[in-house]
Amino acid sequence: MTGERRERRAQLATPLGPFERMAEIRAVEEHIQLLFNEGHVRGSTHLSNGQEAVAVGVAAAARLTDVVTCTYRGHGQALALGLTAKEVIGEIVGRTVGCAGGLGGSMHLVGPDVGLWPTFAIVGAGLPVAVGAALASQVNRSGRAAIAVFGDGAANIGAFHESLNLAAIWQLPVVFVCENNLYGEYTRIQLSTPVSDLADRAAGYAIPGLVVDGQDVAAVTAAVSEALERARADGGPTLLEMKTYRYSGHSKSDPGSYRPAGELDQWLRRDPITIEAGRLIDGGTATAEQLAAVSSRIAAEVRRAAADALAAPQPAVAEMLIHVHG
Amino acid sequence: MTKVRMRQAVIQALADELESDPSVILLGEDIAAAGGAFKATEGLLDRFGPVRVRDTPISEMGFLGAAVGAAMAGLRPVVEMMFVEFTGVALDQLVTEAAKVSYLSRGELTAPLTVRASAGAGLGFGCQHSQFLDHWFRATPGLKLAVPSGARTAYGLLRAAIRDPGPVVVLEPRVLYGDREDVEFGEAGILPLGRAHRVSSGDDVTLVALGATVPTAVAAQQLAAGAWTADIIDLQTLVPWDRQSVLGSVRHTGRLVVVEESPYSGGWGSEICDYIAGELFGELTAPALRVTTPDTPVPYSQPLEERFVPSPELVADQVGQLLATGRRPAPWWEASAQR
Repeated sequence: MTGERRERRAQLATPLGPFERMAEIRAVEEHIQLLFNEGHVRGSTHLSNGQEAVAVGVAAAARLTDVVTCTYRGHGQALALGLTAKEVIGEIVGRTVGCAGGLGGSMHLVGPDVGLWPTFAIVGAGLPVAVGAALASQVNRSGRAAIAVFGDGAANIGAFHESLNLAAIWQLPVVFVCENNLYGEYTRIQLSTPVSDLADRAAGYAIPGLVVDGQDVAAVTAAVSEALERARADGGPTLLEMKTYRYSGHSKSDPGSYRPAGELDQWLRRDPITIEAGRLIDGGTATAEQLAAVSSRIAAEVRRAAADALAAPQPAVAEMLIHVHG
Repeated sequence: MTKVRMRQAVIQALADELESDPSVILLGEDIAAAGGAFKATEGLLDRFGPVRVRDTPISEMGFLGAAVGAAMAGLRPVVEMMFVEFTGVALDQLVTEAAKVSYLSRGELTAPLTVRASAGAGLGFGCQHSQFLDHWFRATPGLKLAVPSGARTAYGLLRAAIRDPGPVVVLEPRVLYGDREDVEFGEAGILPLGRAHRVSSGDDVTLVALGATVPTAVAAQQLAAGAWTADIIDLQTLVPWDRQSVLGSVRHTGRLVVVEESPYSGGWGSEICDYIAGELFGELTAPALRVTTPDTPVPYSQPLEERFVPSPELVADQVGQLLATGRRPAPWWEASAQR
């Protein structure tokens, strides 16, 4: 498993890598929607359609040994870091082939060998944990950095303030990546937040804060890489605000009807996969036909992965009773 | 054996673990430069330096969460919560994050952190700084919970907690920090989690106690002046608790009395009584009895606070009544309401 995950991670450095992975994330999320509709997904699930560039840019910039703490909207981040479609879908449908053996579910994906710590289903909870990973790195001089990926909703919870403050006073190697998709669950950001750029909050901790185009995977990769470089050089933490958009509602019970008319269409015109395709075509790396072929190949692979996941067994009852106290 | 105060035993346990394991670090409010609000980390900054012994901002969620992350990344952080109540603003990180790390990663990751917190009544800190609050940690699978009853157990349990592969909470009864006891330092003094200790042997009743109620139970037996003798069991660890030791003792004495600094409703003694009643139904010669605090906040007034926690006099009286009548005496607050 580790070998395949690492290989997939390395693919992000190839010219077509980011495009392929974003297409895969989109295909997986669309497939999860189908599986949910068919009753194969228990509880809820939180799709990240539209935010693929952030996940892939973070993974492309991070080293394998770096730690990523991520939210429950984490399917894309898990795939980007190297988990396979089968183990992500397998977890979401609760099968043994899932990355947590089916005991975690949609909100709890995990892959420590590629830096993915169990994803956090409590808003903001991953920030202090990332700070702790960075603290361990500072104590051990390991060169490892931590990346906390969280939403705009988490910017209003106490953990955000405490984490940025701690990281700043101790100058820890951590990058705070805020995916500002304009909605905290069902509530528009203007109703919850008095600033239009969350990156402005970095000033309160005397750390760098930057606004990044979260729909452009190259811009995300560059910004995260620069922040990681600064972190590793004892330059302390950085707050990056990725301006992005969630095409779906908050969770599967939310159609997103509170969004103003036309907003989704406006963001669809800045789709991260389309932007990256344009770059590849303009740069002569690939033709539109080639990219279309890549997309249909990936869609077929995801369909196969989903079928394999559904065909896998449910976990044995004994699994419930182990690994309770590590 | 050396006679030391409990707070000194804590310092020695921390120093020995810092010495023997480079992955141990300490985090907490005022623990470094000031040596801790209860002077339980005094001298450690000078000895081990500011990288490993860190003062934190008043930011419990931040530093407890950071301890979780540092533990997952290979360190063994020991967090001091000045008062256990302060864990309330950080509980998510312990109950919902740390306690699930091993389970969600199928054992690939662990969170070997220790949370030390001063706890309990007796020093007049008022109702927001005097609770014991073991129930916040007791029913969360994935957490362990140890409670020292003096210097010996403070040393031995803390070292075991730091070495445990998962998250452990150690509630240090604040009222005992200054009390002296003989302690065996070094490896031989480490007390495995999950084992109780028989403090005294007797025939008439088993007194199960924890933390500050251990010296209370001992004093109660002295007050009885030979009218009855007790197996006094210091539980030492509440999660997991040593069922075999308690079972063996009650099988011998036929009577179980739990002495708790815990509310009557939902206190940890209910768990003990439930298990023993289930296992020894028909063999008990008296109903199981719990001597607890009333279901009230901790009062500030000295005479009221002294009444709030079970006193040796109360325990001696309740045990005496149980033995004399074979029936369970009413809790004192119900008896006095009837008067």
